[in-house]
Amino acid sequence: MNFRRVSQDEPQMDESLKQTLKDYRSSVHAWSDDVYSRPHLPVKIYKTSWRVAAGLALGCALAVASVAGGLYERHHMNEQAKIAAVEAARQQKIDVEQRNASEDLFAKIDSDVSREVPSAMEPLAKMMVEDSTE
Amino acid sequence: MAVEATRVVGEAVAHEFSNIVLAHRPQIFRFLLASTRDADLAETLTQECFLKAHRNWDGFRGESSAMTWLMRIAINLEKDHWRNRRLAFWRHARTNSVDLDDASDWLPSGERSVEQQLIAREKVAQVWEVVAKLSGRQRTVFLLRYVEDLDLADIARATGLSEGTVKAHLSRALSKVRAELRGD
Repeated sequence: MNFRRVSQDEPQMDESLKQTLKDYRSSVHAWSDDVYSRPHLPVKIYKTSWRVAAGLALGCALAVASVAGGLYERHHMNEQAKIAAVEAARQQKIDVEQRNASEDLFAKIDSDVSREVPSAMEPLAKMMVEDSTE
Repeated sequence: MAVEATRVVGEAVAHEFSNIVLAHRPQIFRFLLASTRDADLAETLTQECFLKAHRNWDGFRGESSAMTWLMRIAINLEKDHWRNRRLAFWRHARTNSVDLDDASDWLPSGERSVEQQLIAREKVAQVWEVVAKLSGRQRTVFLLRYVEDLDLADIARATGLSEGTVKAHLSRALSKVRAELRGD
C-alpha cells in the first residue's frame, strides 16, 4: 500500500482491501484533476453573464418597444381625433353657410313674388290708384 | 518610511498567501469534491474556504500546518452547508451528484487485464456507494485518511476530534467498506 505515515494503531487490512482503497484513491484523484483542470467556473460565469446580459438587453428592448408603440398609438389616435374635430367643424360651417344661403334665396323669392301683381288683378289695381288721385 | 515598511510587509503577506493558495487549492477542492460529489458545490466551498482563510490569515499561528488549518476551515464550511441547507443539499445532491459508474471510470488501467480492470472498477464503485452512506464524520475521516493521506494526528487536528475518536470512526468506516466488498 502506498499510503504515507501509516500509523501502528490503524486497523489491519488484507492486500485486496488495500488495493481497492488505492484504486478508489486513484479514481478520486483522477476525477478531481480532470474537473479542476477544466475552466469550469469562469466559463460558467461567462456564460451566465452573457445570457443574463442578453436577456436584460432583450427585455429592455421589448419594454422600450412596448412603451414606444403605446405612445405612438396614443399620438396617432390624438391626431386622428384632431383631424376628425377639424373636419366636423368645417362640415358644420359649410352646413350653416348653405342653410343661410338657402334662407336668403327663399326670402328674395318671397319678396319678388309679393311685389309682382298678377295680370288678372291689374284693372282693379289701376282703379284703386285712380280713386286715390281723385 | 513606516508607510513603505507596511507596504513591503503587506506585499510579502499577500505573496505568501498566494503561494498557499497555489499549493493547497487542488487538495482542498479534491476533498470537497469527494465529500459532496458535486463539482459546483465543491468549487463554491473551496472559494469560500480560501476567502475565509485570507480574512483570518493574521490569526494563523502556525501551530499546525497550513494544510491542516485550511482543511479544518473546509470541513467546517461543509458542515455548515449541510446544517443550513440540509433538505436543499439532499435534493441537489440527488440530481447533480456524480454517477457512481462514471466516478469509477477514472480508474487507471495500469498493467491489469481487462477482467481485472472490470473487477477493480466494480469494487471502486462499491467503495463510492459505501462512502456516500457513511455518516458525515466517518466520511470525513475516511477521505482524509485514504484519499488525502493524512495521518491520525493531522486528521484529529483538522476535525477537532481526539485521535481515539478519529481511530474509532476510521475503524467503523473501514468495517462498512469491508462488509460491502464481501457482499455482507
